[in-house]
Amino acid sequence: MADTLLSLRGLTKAYPGVVANDDISFDIRVGEVHALLGENGAGKSTLVKMIYGLVKPDKGEMTLGGAPYVPAEPKAARASGVSMVFQHFSLFEALSVAENVALGMENPPKTRDLAKQIRDVSENYGLPLDPFRIVGTLSAGERQRVEIIRCLLQKPRLLIMDEPTSVLTPQEVEILFATLRKLSAEGTAILYISHKLEEIRALCDHATILRLGKKVATCTPADSTARELGELMVGSSFASPVARNHASGAVLLEVQNLTLPAPGAFGTPLRGISFSVKAGEVLGLGGVAGNGQDELLAALSGERLSDPGSVTLKGTDVSRAAPMARRDAGLLSAPEERLGHAAAPAMSLIENGLLTAARREGLVSGGFVNWAKARLFAEKVIKDFDVRTPSPGTAAGALSGGNLQKFVIGREILQRPDVLVVNQPTWGVDAAAAAAIRQSLLDLAAKGAAIIVISQDLDELMEVSDRFGALNEGRLSTIRPVAELNMEQIGLMMGGAHDMEVAHVA
Amino acid sequence: MIRLERRPQPSRLWTAITPLLAVLLTMIVGGLMFALLGKPPLEAIRIIFWDPLFHPQFAAYSRPQLLVKAGPLILIAIGLSLGFRAGIWNIGAEGQYIMGAICGAGMGLAFYPTTNPLIFPAMVIAGALGGWAWAMIPAVLKVRFGTNEILVSLMLVYVAEALLASVSQKLLRNPEGMGFPGSRNFQQYPAAHNGELLPGTGMHWGVLAAFMAVIFAHVLLTRHIQGFNIRLTGEAPRAARFSGVSPARIIFLCLGFGGALAGAAGLFEVSGPAGQITIDFNSGYGFTAIIVAFLGRLNPIGILLAGLLMALTYIGGELAQLMLGLPGASIQLFQGMLLFFLLATDVFTNFRIRIGKTEVA
Repeated sequence: MADTLLSLRGLTKAYPGVVANDDISFDIRVGEVHALLGENGAGKSTLVKMIYGLVKPDKGEMTLGGAPYVPAEPKAARASGVSMVFQHFSLFEALSVAENVALGMENPPKTRDLAKQIRDVSENYGLPLDPFRIVGTLSAGERQRVEIIRCLLQKPRLLIMDEPTSVLTPQEVEILFATLRKLSAEGTAILYISHKLEEIRALCDHATILRLGKKVATCTPADSTARELGELMVGSSFASPVARNHASGAVLLEVQNLTLPAPGAFGTPLRGISFSVKAGEVLGLGGVAGNGQDELLAALSGERLSDPGSVTLKGTDVSRAAPMARRDAGLLSAPEERLGHAAAPAMSLIENGLLTAARREGLVSGGFVNWAKARLFAEKVIKDFDVRTPSPGTAAGALSGGNLQKFVIGREILQRPDVLVVNQPTWGVDAAAAAAIRQSLLDLAAKGAAIIVISQDLDELMEVSDRFGALNEGRLSTIRPVAELNMEQIGLMMGGAHDMEVAHVA
Repeated sequence: MIRLERRPQPSRLWTAITPLLAVLLTMIVGGLMFALLGKPPLEAIRIIFWDPLFHPQFAAYSRPQLLVKAGPLILIAIGLSLGFRAGIWNIGAEGQYIMGAICGAGMGLAFYPTTNPLIFPAMVIAGALGGWAWAMIPAVLKVRFGTNEILVSLMLVYVAEALLASVSQKLLRNPEGMGFPGSRNFQQYPAAHNGELLPGTGMHWGVLAAFMAVIFAHVLLTRHIQGFNIRLTGEAPRAARFSGVSPARIIFLCLGFGGALAGAAGLFEVSGPAGQITIDFNSGYGFTAIIVAFLGRLNPIGILLAGLLMALTYIGGELAQLMLGLPGASIQLFQGMLLFFLLATDVFTNFRIRIGKTEVA
């Protein structure tokens, strides 16, 4: 088992203005699960793209099984036994599982034979999947299985997985881990990219940590604490959120039987959602993506109006109030999609500050915009939330995702909301910035605001929330105090009608 | 291998120089075309761009024409540009222009031959209202039923043309016109006549209104929250809705404003340079203004310059037909090139060229 499968020596790749990978060397042994750990922008993607033949290194060499390995393109990488499951799936929704798998093959066998192969692999590795199901009807977890099976059919020696658990429920994660462990036991090496530290400690034999394009360390995750790993990744110790103050006050936001039809063909209807949030409290709403998160935010922000009496803010019915009126009343929100929803990409940060703060910050008088004041507000957000940008006049679309996210969240927090609704507040944000955003949410709650955090990151929800509920197909589970919950219960709350098949690992 | 790479931010330099570059390229390729037609290219270019303003013999006539032609183009294009900024595509300014002319002229003719000085302001208001009402049809249909404003506004142009033909032969026909189609001539109706304000300049109330519209639109877009909302709606409709901008309100605002300005332009034209309602009174200003709006990159100051440039090519084009015997179609081609090259060079505002090996990222 100690044979080296893939060896990287001095890999370097520079893009204009940034060295994405600087002299990176490490080995992956046959059959090991090797974690590649790092913040956003640390160079993980560039590194695996070089291994998968999508990007050519400027310098350095790779050997695979002792022979020089220079993949010119992904096809060559696959031929050498290197496969990859991407974070974003490339599947045709209107085609069946088998048809999708066939599309990725050089010489696909007859559908019937292929279906049999798919069944064999899926039974062998505990990944239940019907080859004739249409992909459009599959859950995110099942779609990922299609991608994995597509790779496994090529009998890879090395399987690269890019943040595979970001779309899965805890139960689905367990199924996936069982599969990966079995693969590893059979001698397939796995390069597992993630920034979820607990996962890596549970699954991986070794971990290589990247920071700013350089290798920081290769270590054995089981021997380190998550905190140690996190600090290696970030390069400095970052503050964990301070323990919350549980004394909560009056109910600020009350949602009663909120029901809305789906907006368009791809939306989710909201079905009888009821909850309330008190001053000083953080309510965490979990759930797998696409179960009504966006729709709930739109109903709370005022983008979509609901039946009278369904949304009550500080005792006043605001269900028919437009977004501006809700902001005036103290209900602020930050949608998940930063570009095009929370912010206008082509507009400057000053203009994007004006986008929600026009009235609360008094940036407009008599209909005319006070641009000097708008600039000061944008500068304050940039300074207080450490947004890295050349100037407040820079277009929002030119910022990195994490920096724009800090701006969007900061913009709302600085307006001192009474109730703040955020969807995926730390999506794609590096660990230090995510910690800062979470801390600022908790600080806001400590000052007496009621906060609703909608997120798919359970660790995040456990960290910041006082009470937890899960969205599933537009319904909200019962809401329970976080202190009473364990992972299994959370999984069941999230799962609802989802695919709950338990793995049968052969 | 040449490829285009998106710039993180639109280039300011390119935004500024693309119109000049487009004019230059039009001159080169247009000159080439004139040469192929067997006409002296340099002379043709000079006649189009220089002679209308400075020719010793013709300039006295053609110089005032510059403002006469540019006025309605600018006025209409300003109205259209606000809609285009918000992603609302009013293609039917020609129809709104005709309806403005009919309503405004109708108002004046109804009180013929009054000498009350209020008649002209009343006509302007009636003209603007006529254009506004015509633009409200696509607006209401879009808000209420989600129809496409491009199709509705465009088709209403043909309805307006049919109405124009009808009123010039029936309702508004000059009773003393010996049966010829066409209304009374406003040049013989002093209180309602939109004459030259300064002799020999071509300046009339419509040109003044166009300049005022430029200033108004500039202030609206750069200083006022409604202008910001219009731009926001165009840049990111979802973000606009999140911000609290009502899409219906923006549709009514932009189509209404565009219609009102086009209608006013129609009235100024019919009561001034055109003089009367005739079957073919409209001369395509409403469509050319779309080109002007884009040539001026939807920026009020840009539209002012683009309107003047477009007017120049019209007058110069006519002059070139007269003096060199250039075919009319070649002049239209020449004007088309201007837009073509502008759109082509515009790519460099948002993209830069990379020459080198492709790399899949």
